[in-house]
Amino acid sequence: MSSRDAILARIRAAVADAPEPPPVTRDYRTAHVDDDHAAVVDLLAENLADYRARVHRCTEAELPALLARLLTDHGSRSVAVPPGLPTAWLAAAEGAEQHLDDPEQPLTARQLDAIDSVVTGCRIAIAETGTLVLDAGPGQGRRALTLVPDHHVCVVGSADQVVASLPQAVPLLDATRPLTWISGPSATSDIELDRVEGVHGPRTLEVVLVG
Amino acid sequence: MSGTYLGMPAFPQAAKAATRDTRLRANLRHATHTIRDKRARAVGELDDWAVLREAGKRIKDRTLRHLDTYLLQLEEHVTAAGGTVHWAADAAEANRIVADLVQATGETEVVKVKSMATQEIGLNEALAAEGITAYETDLAELIVQLGDDLPSHILVPAIHRNRGEIRDIFAEKMARWGRPAPEGLTDRPADLAEAARLHLREKFLRAKVGVSGANFMIAETGTLVVVESEGNGRMCLTLPETLISVVGIEKVLPTWQDLEVFLQLLPRSSTAERMNPYTTMWTGTSEGDGPRDFHLVLLDNGRTDTLADEVGRQVLRCIRCSACLNVCPVYERAGGHAYGSPYPGPIGAVLTPQLRGTTSAVDASLPFASSLCGACYEVCPVAIDIPEVLVHLREQVAGQPGHRAERAAMQAATWLFEHPAALAAAERAASATRALHPRRLPLGPAKAWTETRDLPQLPAESFRSWWQHHHTEPPTPPEPTS
Ligand code: SF4
Repeated sequence: MSSRDAILARIRAAVADAPEPPPVTRDYRTAHVDDDHAAVVDLLAENLADYRARVHRCTEAELPALLARLLTDHGSRSVAVPPGLPTAWLAAAEGAEQHLDDPEQPLTARQLDAIDSVVTGCRIAIAETGTLVLDAGPGQGRRALTLVPDHHVCVVGSADQVVASLPQAVPLLDATRPLTWISGPSATSDIELDRVEGVHGPRTLEVVLVG
Repeated sequence: MSGTYLGMPAFPQAAKAATRDTRLRANLRHATHTIRDKRARAVGELDDWAVLREAGKRIKDRTLRHLDTYLLQLEEHVTAAGGTVHWAADAAEANRIVADLVQATGETEVVKVKSMATQEIGLNEALAAEGITAYETDLAELIVQLGDDLPSHILVPAIHRNRGEIRDIFAEKMARWGRPAPEGLTDRPADLAEAARLHLREKFLRAKVGVSGANFMIAETGTLVVVESEGNGRMCLTLPETLISVVGIEKVLPTWQDLEVFLQLLPRSSTAERMNPYTTMWTGTSEGDGPRDFHLVLLDNGRTDTLADEVGRQVLRCIRCSACLNVCPVYERAGGHAYGSPYPGPIGAVLTPQLRGTTSAVDASLPFASSLCGACYEVCPVAIDIPEVLVHLREQVAGQPGHRAERAAMQAATWLFEHPAALAAAERAASATRALHPRRLPLGPAKAWTETRDLPQLPAESFRSWWQHHHTEPPTPPEPTS
């Protein structure tokens, strides 16, 4: 008998006499905040900042200038660009050399390691937990892009990309896509439980809430 | 100690050594108390915590009752998405499968993200025997690996090391494993983290094979989920060409929607955060994004035996959050190594004897390494009644022929009697709660409970009275530790 068959047989024998457990209940809250979109966006900003992301807010028109300033302030000379990022976003970022991650000729991990920043959009953001979710869609890029450079700037559309809670977020996500959930910059509490921001992922996470 | 728990002394001897080590105790105390308080705050933010906990428990119970169905679904979806599923009945088979997969790539190095399952099976040692070096990349695991040490906490494996010790380990040992620590390394946590970043980046960039576990596997989609903080998980899951994930069969969840429950329960219970910094979810392989080859090794290794035990099977609900460790008065005084397995604390005391059986001295003594205070049950996000399982396992050990088990039990009990603080704190908690009998708590953070569920069913007897029922003799002093 293969191990597969053996394990399945052992499981069936183990639970053969077990009673049917009670049905799954989903009477938990669909959100822990009121249904007020402006307040939900404020909560997102607050929770992101609480976990040491730098949060900025601007209008669509102000976005290119803001992105240019964030790159300059960080001292970035190069920026990785995912395919599908709206060209207007980085139109004012003249100080940083743009490296488009071409699917035909993707940047290698070592090339990414030498690039200062990456600018992306996201799929959605979750206010209650201060979380950005990227699904490798247009303007977000493959997972390595937002991992290797040390500075990640993520643009979130306030009007249509912010949800309040996990129960609101999960049904919107496509499980077949590679997903990265980001809640603040990388961190560790492994040394005497002191939180230190920045281990292997980007040490600086900036979030721009647009609109 | 070199990376193995085999031949560990029984709980009381190991605990005795640990309680004499005042620095270890101070580290543990600081760490467990800090995280305990933070957890209470994080959980307090959700006024439906009790409802989420009940949902989590029921989802897991349902999964376990139909585990065969969900595993087959999972296999089908992982395979359809380009992954390969392997089944391992025990540790040796899992290690063999992983070693063969690594060898097929022609590589002799792998990068690893912290995984309880791979520790349980001793994967690093098995790979080393085949000439393959496994680099641990979690900061705490790196500290443990460089220090030629054993993890002592599920979530913070180096909880027993303070910053000065970590600095010394890095300065002394990093060079032997790769990039040396920077000159003049201080003991500031930020500098230590930076040293780890530089040391490991080199390994991530050249790694061809990654090895991981998983926190959850979704049957209906074939998705695996890894929850982490540092970004080393993302590195291991994303950059290598080949990814091998070794996951216990009990980690499957039926539906995608179930994540909305478990991603609320887990981070708040474990790191006491609203959400951990990074979560990666992947389904098979994706063109142009991440590993080209994905292998899932489904591990039994005693889990089906546990599943067959009517009382003990609830332990398979465990999501390894470690909340039970942080509230345990015995763990706080004995330290993680005393439990003789990768699973320390209350969860270790109920899981290890079920996975490995109770024939060795240490495993037989584990069910006695508790005063049955019930604090672990109260914080457990999937409502595992650890005291109930402990009492059940004690009956089993007591019923075994031969004196070894009985002796181990006696010694564990003696250790408890010698540490009245551990016992007293526990008994106070237990009797205080029991005094509130009609099983409803009116005030404070426990308020949410009253709406939806009863108070934990505390065991009917405290440790002392349990002892008196089962032993006519007073406990004998343990043997001197050698
Ligand atoms: S037994 Fe419960 S509290 Fe302990 S680690 Fe498992 S899930 Fe967490």
